[in-house]
Amino acid sequence: MTVQAMTAKEVTKKVFNKEAFFILDVRNEEAFQDWKIEGENFEYLNVPYFDLLDGVEEILDLVPTDKEVLVVCAKEGSSIMVAEMLSEAGRTVSYLAGGMKAWSEHLEPVKVGDLKDGGEIYQFVRIGKGCLSYMVVSNGEAAIIDSTRMTDTYLDFANSIGAKITHVFDTHLHADHISGGRVIAEKTNATYWLPPKDATEVTFTYQPLEDGNDVEIGNVKINIHALYSPGHTIGSTSFIVDEKFLLSGDILFIDSIGRPDLAGLAQDWVGDLRESLYKRYRELSKELIVLPAHFMIIDELNEDGSVSEKLGTLFEKNHGLNIADEEEFRRVVTENLPPQPNAYQQIRETNMGKITPDEEQQREMEIGPNRCAVR
Amino acid sequence: MESNKVLDAKGLACPMPIVKTKKAMNELESGQVLEIHATDKGAKNDLAAWAKSGGHELIKHEDDNEVLKFWIKKG
Repeated sequence: MTVQAMTAKEVTKKVFNKEAFFILDVRNEEAFQDWKIEGENFEYLNVPYFDLLDGVEEILDLVPTDKEVLVVCAKEGSSIMVAEMLSEAGRTVSYLAGGMKAWSEHLEPVKVGDLKDGGEIYQFVRIGKGCLSYMVVSNGEAAIIDSTRMTDTYLDFANSIGAKITHVFDTHLHADHISGGRVIAEKTNATYWLPPKDATEVTFTYQPLEDGNDVEIGNVKINIHALYSPGHTIGSTSFIVDEKFLLSGDILFIDSIGRPDLAGLAQDWVGDLRESLYKRYRELSKELIVLPAHFMIIDELNEDGSVSEKLGTLFEKNHGLNIADEEEFRRVVTENLPPQPNAYQQIRETNMGKITPDEEQQREMEIGPNRCAVR
Repeated sequence: MESNKVLDAKGLACPMPIVKTKKAMNELESGQVLEIHATDKGAKNDLAAWAKSGGHELIKHEDDNEVLKFWIKKG
């Protein structure tokens, strides 16, 4: 019997629509505990495929018949095997095409708003890893912010809407994912902007992005205003797009705040982080729509799958913006830090151009969840 | 390290390295050692977890360039 493949895109739709769904994850327990497909109404069963080699009889009672069932593994091979066994036992199940590898790499573009004089801003939701990147489009030109290494997705998308990519930005030197910024800039002849304080060790040329820089996109002059906001990294820079959207990088998230990126420097940077969040951001309009570079938990997704919130609302509701006492803030930010992202040092070196791992190695480096926030 | 049997699982993708390992183990006596060569990176954690759940002992693991080598003692 044949079993159906389900794509990461189709699973993403189920996450966005909060559908009920049953996931049989056949990776080993450690991999499952570390990172899985998250959905509000998803149920899970984790039984490693190697415990099912003799048959699936033992788990048949645990796999529901009144829900859609998806079998998931790392790359898809084992999930096909298990899905076929379930199918032979009379069950209708699908498997995740490309496995968690594909899940980690899927980007879902969601329009998050219109710009004043025409043009749009899109958020690319990397649903499996929680990374958010952006494309600002105006009158046939596009800027990309915090792109992932799946560069074709942006190039194809820009192509499909008839926009030429002219500027590429990274809000900071990323440690949790490999930036596609340099590759996109090379392929499109766009200008690649980086905060110079994060770029002291990079091996390639770039345009230094500094506080107060204004970059215009398209003939209708969509303004991208750079705002220096250190704390996650020393160079971390936010952007105000069209006086309406605040791209906060890894400084401010919806339900959490950034953490100093390198554990060793947490004490040095916590003051900068406080200054950015409690002074610089306080001076901005509360009407700005915050568009962060990450989400941590699936609850942060809006109805349409996008991740955004008014700055004023975050000042009221985000715990990290409501710690009056400086000492307590210091404690929250520097103590009990979550573990560093997988292979973060190699990822940083890749983003600096110091090492050039092949695609398979890049994939391995990025596997797993991101952990750049403190809640 | 001494082994009673060597299994070449190089170039095989998941789940085949473990499927073959299981088969090969069935042909060994308790206490004998199976040596496995694989190239699938996922094999590392999966073999360790599989050996544990099956009551076997992963006694040694080596990375020899691209080839992952494992020695599992049958329980």
